[in-house]
Amino acid sequence: METLKIILAEHPFFKDFEAKHLDLIAGCASNVKFNPEKFLFREGEEANKFYLIRSGKVAVEMYGTERGSITIQTIGRGEILGWSWLIPPYLWHFDAHAIELTRAIALDGKCLRKKCEKDSTLGYKLMKRIAYIMENRLQATRLQLLDMYAATE
Amino acid sequence: MFLSSPSMIPQLFSIQNIKNETRDTFTLELVSPDKLNISFHAGQFMMLYVFGIGEVPISISGNPTKTTKLLHTIRAVGTVTKQLKTMKRGDVIGVRGPFGSHWPVDESQGKDILIVAGGIGLAPLRPALLYILAYRQRYRKVTLLYGTRTADDLLFLSEIEQWRARLDLDVYITVDRSSKEWRGNVGVVTTLISKATFEPSKTVAMICGPEIMMRFVSVELQRCGVLVENIFVSLERNMKCAIGLCGHCQYGNIFVCKDGPVFAFPKIQHLFGKREL
Repeated sequence: METLKIILAEHPFFKDFEAKHLDLIAGCASNVKFNPEKFLFREGEEANKFYLIRSGKVAVEMYGTERGSITIQTIGRGEILGWSWLIPPYLWHFDAHAIELTRAIALDGKCLRKKCEKDSTLGYKLMKRIAYIMENRLQATRLQLLDMYAATE
Repeated sequence: MFLSSPSMIPQLFSIQNIKNETRDTFTLELVSPDKLNISFHAGQFMMLYVFGIGEVPISISGNPTKTTKLLHTIRAVGTVTKQLKTMKRGDVIGVRGPFGSHWPVDESQGKDILIVAGGIGLAPLRPALLYILAYRQRYRKVTLLYGTRTADDLLFLSEIEQWRARLDLDVYITVDRSSKEWRGNVGVVTTLISKATFEPSKTVAMICGPEIMMRFVSVELQRCGVLVENIFVSLERNMKCAIGLCGHCQYGNIFVCKDGPVFAFPKIQHLFGKREL
């Protein structure tokens, strides 16, 4: 528990979080490991976790009947995976699987949601951080959609 | 200028080698029959003249510490570049230059170096990287962040492998669209910034790629704490004369051919993203 708290405190996502909030969050955290090709979650499943990736690499994918699975983005060390745990109906919108051996801190979304309801300061802080990540991902996806490297005369 | 002749008169160079980099991009190796010494600064460009077709500005992609050959990595997208792609060893073209400003490789000694390339943008940055690697001990941490559309669009593949093997250079690569075989990073080049290790206040960033990519990279770097005056970009415009006379490449109050193509970001920040320019 104490070790997890230290890891959380050192992660950029939890920068400037108060010790009492880190205590609450650490109570919802656990160490997890995923072997290559292991799915962290699949589209449509209940989203009850999010992950702080400590090492390795995870592919975030979408499946289309014509094209099969398409990797939208890869998430690596120091990055966050998953925000669907925070937004109803709490279902994953993507598949995610480990490309290589991946170690992460898993945070229990249900547990965190309860704590956020009780402590609105914590809830607001978490929501702001998650919103920032969502904005980042949205911008990145937009740039990908722009096909900016396409040849122009 | 490496040529004693006026800058408007092309010198004859012959093609010694052509290497296909990708399906639409190739590298020309040019030599002077007169054994001219070709000295240039990293980031500068030449005007390449295909007689009877036209002239095109192309950044030099060779090593500034090796002056016997001229290397240009070219994407065949326009009339002249498509014609260049059809040429063979021994063919002769006209060359003027070198022109323009350059990457601040000497001024960046003692700093962390972040080279951020998008697509064909790696070509104008390659001389800077080769120069820095030639004098590696003069710099702190050196990192290359490189993004392309797909894995098939990666330039200088064999060289990238060599760069990746070096212990004194960090290389991060990402593609916008992955295939089943691609095991690397997927996502735009901006997503690599958070993966790299550098001390923002002591970092000089050199960026080249599509304008929108450079804009987003600049924003992200400033957010990380890189000083705006330590961010440099290379602009591309339709250059004709290359000496600031004709106005073809005018960009607001500057001429890209003469004042650029390499700019300190504060100098062009107010113009970036302006639709009218």
